[in-house]
Amino acid sequence: MLLSAEEWEVVALSLKVSGIAIFASLPLAFAVAWLLARRHFPGKVLLDALVHLPLVLPPVVTGWLLLLAFGSNGPLGRFFADVFGLTFMFRWTGAAVAAAVMALPLMVRAMRLSLEAVDQRLEGAARTLGAGPWRTFFSITLPLTTPGILAAIVLGLARSLGEFGATITFVSNIPGETRTLPLAIYSALQIPGGETAVTRLAIISVILSLLALVVSELLARRSGYGRGGHVI
Amino acid sequence: MSFEIDIEIARGATYITNDFNSSGGLTALFGPSGVGKTTTLDAVAGLLKPKRGRIVVAGSVLFDSAAGVNLAPEARACGYVFQDGRLFPHRTVRDNLLFGWHVRPRDQRWMGLDEALKFLGIGHLLQRMPRTLSGGEAQRVAIGRALLSGPRFLLMDEPLSSLDQARREEIMVVIERIRDELRLPILYVSHDRAEVERLADQVVSI
Repeated sequence: MLLSAEEWEVVALSLKVSGIAIFASLPLAFAVAWLLARRHFPGKVLLDALVHLPLVLPPVVTGWLLLLAFGSNGPLGRFFADVFGLTFMFRWTGAAVAAAVMALPLMVRAMRLSLEAVDQRLEGAARTLGAGPWRTFFSITLPLTTPGILAAIVLGLARSLGEFGATITFVSNIPGETRTLPLAIYSALQIPGGETAVTRLAIISVILSLLALVVSELLARRSGYGRGGHVI
Repeated sequence: MSFEIDIEIARGATYITNDFNSSGGLTALFGPSGVGKTTTLDAVAGLLKPKRGRIVVAGSVLFDSAAGVNLAPEARACGYVFQDGRLFPHRTVRDNLLFGWHVRPRDQRWMGLDEALKFLGIGHLLQRMPRTLSGGEAQRVAIGRALLSGPRFLLMDEPLSSLDQARREEIMVVIERIRDELRLPILYVSHDRAEVERLADQVVSI
């Protein structure tokens, strides 16, 4: 089945937005997961709640909050414009921010569980063998957390590819800029006779989701964990 | 003096207090389970911070609450053989053995891989993953890993408890050689009287 040039553009844009959203937010998500799994500090409950907020808020509300925060007059919007020259309003970068924020709770959750499952006595053993905290982290903690990181990437990609409400509220539905797969399907549904386009795009969505699952499964097996490496 | 230990460790509502000196060789910490033998080893290794006190091993101050000294575990150069082996599950036997060896500066290593393999009879296990080892094999790898990290002293937490009789004998010979030929101070935890009588130069009952 062949897609029109316009539909290919939608697919490419979706992959770009989701891919960049997930890989850019991965370090932040890992850091938050690590803090929640390993550290006790005042405000931990607050951080936990804040990270999980997008999971329970109506996506439209999340989109509106992003508009306030990342809009041209929002504090974060100003910061990124001044420091990095990055703007988000009505741009694909904004769609990526929406995708990342919506995916964050799932990513943090997956990695937190995985970090909590690491036997900290192994880290102690590494320390007695002469490895400092960073070496211990990279040679023991991180490899043992790999299944959780892969799960986080897959869940994050799946969630962000399906992101609709926050995106359309925050950065609108602009062809070639912020019109990702779900938005394109929604738009096609508004047009009389758009059913075949909807079908094609829906099939693409299914294929992408399946691909993500298969790839993650392969990665998990490769990483050497004997139990088949089910990541979700 | 090899081990000079005078510490107080908070454990829940109670304290474990230890105060002993040993003059070298193999010092056995002997006593029933639950009195804090392992906790004491953890404190010497730096995995656990005593509430107060002083730990000196072979002339080096590892911990001194009065002077504010508390060396990080990686700076203590102790070879810790854990009761449960504690091998890294994602690394082969070879990578487990060489973990500390790679980290330690060249001039502080005193044993090579081949020597360790011969010492412990584990040459055939190199490519295996820890989960495929028997208890005895895993413990031998754990001892090899500790020795290869170039330690200045050894901490052994019931290292024979998971071994069969033949291997116990072999490992005891190894421990005697470490004690007599390498003259490495050893702090050895056990609740087995025969084992302690055979190996220990000095017994501390706690």
